[in-house]
Amino acid sequence: MSEIRNLINITDLSVKEIDHLIDIANDIVENPTEYQDICAHKKLATLFFEPSTRTRLSFTAAMMELGGNVLGFADANSSSAKKGESVSDTVIMAGCYADIIAMRHPKEGAPVIASTRTTVPIINAGDGGHFHPTQTLTDLLTISRKKGRLDNLVVGLCGDLKFGRTVHSLIEAMLRYENVKFVLISPEELKLPDYVKEEMDNCGAEWHEYERLEDAMPELDILYMTRVQKERFFNEEDYVRLKDSYILNLEKLEPAKKDLIIMHPLPRVNEISVEVDSDSRACYFYQALCGKHIRMALILYLLGMK
Amino acid sequence: MNIDGVSTGIVLDHIKAGKSMQIYELLGLDKLDCCVAIIQNATSSKYGRKDIIKIDGKIDLDFDILGYIDNNITVNIVDDNRLEKKVHLDLPETLTNVIKCKNPRCITSTEQEIPHKFRLVDRKNKVYRCAYCDAEYTEY
Repeated sequence: MSEIRNLINITDLSVKEIDHLIDIANDIVENPTEYQDICAHKKLATLFFEPSTRTRLSFTAAMMELGGNVLGFADANSSSAKKGESVSDTVIMAGCYADIIAMRHPKEGAPVIASTRTTVPIINAGDGGHFHPTQTLTDLLTISRKKGRLDNLVVGLCGDLKFGRTVHSLIEAMLRYENVKFVLISPEELKLPDYVKEEMDNCGAEWHEYERLEDAMPELDILYMTRVQKERFFNEEDYVRLKDSYILNLEKLEPAKKDLIIMHPLPRVNEISVEVDSDSRACYFYQALCGKHIRMALILYLLGMK
Repeated sequence: MNIDGVSTGIVLDHIKAGKSMQIYELLGLDKLDCCVAIIQNATSSKYGRKDIIKIDGKIDLDFDILGYIDNNITVNIVDDNRLEKKVHLDLPETLTNVIKCKNPRCITSTEQEIPHKFRLVDRKNKVYRCAYCDAEYTEY
């Protein structure tokens, strides 16, 4: 890899590259000591113009476990952005100090600007409601490690499918694998946008919709839960009518396959009952762990070290 | 109405009726010191009504702007009273600083002095998306 690479959207990576990242992550899990000093004297800048818990911590943990150092800021108020500094200037400055940059920004497209202003690799750690490619990589690694494959799967997506960027990105990524069927479970108000459905049709992927989680459960290999937010509903009545349908509990899991995996990008509020945490099919905290391993793999890849 | 022909210059023909002023402004024709004539609502056998712009001098034209506004426009380049070249336009693959993204969540809404870039995603329906936030551009 000679040219400078960035990760702005998951489609910036070919299927071959994603498979390569998964291989690196698997090797990291199996041989952690071989990686513990690999990034010694390398620095990751985490530029978080809006707060994040999981993403920032997982990037920090990832670089630390590679033996590298981390610098940066956790929200715009503790950076010069508060004084009115542009994204461009902040990124040029950070590029003078760090070898690689992970940035989150509330404005869509901010990482594209960043990638044109510096010669160090830029990782998009979320730009508003637009892209969040490292979450998608996290999801793919989780599925790959738990199911042993990324093809021939029935993927259930439940909750807010209209505004949920993680859902759109996961569909986009999984459409590139053979025979993946999508089961969409959401209230009328939060259905998957038509343009994503058209994309599925164009790829020849099978999909269908349910309004009730119970109806979809028996056929699923993966259940990807997302949060249904009250403010998305037009009226209180609809929210009250539908919200319980999207809370996963042990009773709703009864007809599910024994080897189902339950995923959630987190944070969870109440859409997965705490009683599900002890079920062997619950994978959402394992998913957070995969987030660290795939980010380690990504840092190594973009630095040209793997 | 009689307007003199151009001896050496450019004639933009078959402009969709009503679009000539927009083209005049976007091409910066107001900044030229040569003679520029705008003819509106001329009779057209092809389109019924059309606008025409005559520029009495050779200038560098931004064909991307013209192609985006109306790719039916014909550009006639005249030299010494002879038609030197006739250019037919097409929708450009990319647009830079021709239109602005209207998505309030786009980085272009806050970051100063960055080019507004768009890419063509659907030629048939003339759909452009912002190169930064991917929002579809709409006229209104």
